[in-house]
Amino acid sequence: MHNIFIQLFLTFLKIGAFTFGGGWAMISIIEKEIVDKHHWIEREEFLDLLAVAQSLPGILAVNISVAVGDRLKGTRGSICAALGTILPSFIIILAIAIFLTPDLIKNNEVLSKVFRGIRPAVVALIIAPVISAAKAAKLTWATAIIPLAVALLIWSKIPVVSSPILYIVLGGLGGYIWFTRKALKKQTTSGKEDKI
Amino acid sequence: MIYLKLIWAYLKIGLFGFGGGYAMLALIEREIVGPGWITEQMFTDIVAISQMTPGPIGINSATYIGFVAPGESSAALSSPLFGILGSIICTLVVVVPSFILTLYASHFITRHKESAIVKGVFSGLRPVVVGLIASAAMLLMNAANFGEAQSDVIASIAICLGAFCLVYFAKLHPIVVILIAGVAGYIIF
Repeated sequence: MHNIFIQLFLTFLKIGAFTFGGGWAMISIIEKEIVDKHHWIEREEFLDLLAVAQSLPGILAVNISVAVGDRLKGTRGSICAALGTILPSFIIILAIAIFLTPDLIKNNEVLSKVFRGIRPAVVALIIAPVISAAKAAKLTWATAIIPLAVALLIWSKIPVVSSPILYIVLGGLGGYIWFTRKALKKQTTSGKEDKI
Repeated sequence: MIYLKLIWAYLKIGLFGFGGGYAMLALIEREIVGPGWITEQMFTDIVAISQMTPGPIGINSATYIGFVAPGESSAALSSPLFGILGSIICTLVVVVPSFILTLYASHFITRHKESAIVKGVFSGLRPVVVGLIASAAMLLMNAANFGEAQSDVIASIAICLGAFCLVYFAKLHPIVVILIAGVAGYIIF
């Protein structure tokens, strides 16, 4: 148990096995384990790592475990931490996939009824974060056109135009052109004023 | 070759998966349901199962889809062993971009965290992420999930509205909402 690699793996294994919902639910538990319990990283540094993990694409819980593992023990540490995070959901879902096959859901009278009730509820579970994400993005009536257009175009299933990747690239590029240029312009003009 | 296609699809999902699990669903729908590797119903069921089991939705869906897709693509690959191989591949591939970027690009972001470039790019991404999540919800509002007959559709919409109130206003945990919806489905249908 004194081996730091094994400790890293076991800590993230516990986090992966007992947090439902992923994402932010996982982050607070990771912070508790890494900062408060094991004192591996100072809180401030953890928040810095979190800011980076959040900015990168991919699964947030995996990103932060890779970052923490790397900070502590380099690439080998990050592999141990990430494997710990992934393994519980991998094993649980694999077991479910083996026993709860699509044919079983379709042919079992009870299960098929239960899942017919669950499917519309899943849609509701996705609508709720749309609203909270819209609030967090501080959308106005004018900027609400962007998500509206993106959602409709992806939904349309028209070739090329319905690719989510296209809008992720356009959004990043648009943000760079619109906001970054504006901010840099401001910087240079205020710099000139300072000289005067 | 289904495995190569899955690898390509999950590399894209891992590399462009901005905005968390729900935003990722739009990408998974496009890359996995689009080519017909799994049905719309299976996809919705996976989302429900992911909510009820521990771990991130991105990992859960990769494991499940990796298991199911080989058998769905050809009868020759229907043995569970091909499924297990598929789920190992998908689960590992979806985290590869995370690994490479966290290990090699994080230094860049740390250095430029306060910079106008990083801030600008994310200001542009935020409204797009809202659209991505909304599109996932819209794509799932279909006959496969809500039924064909008029009475089924009405019952499904009622369940959807009820579930929304429970999760958004009553702040119930998604697992509880799914359980309630399952019981409601058993009684109604």
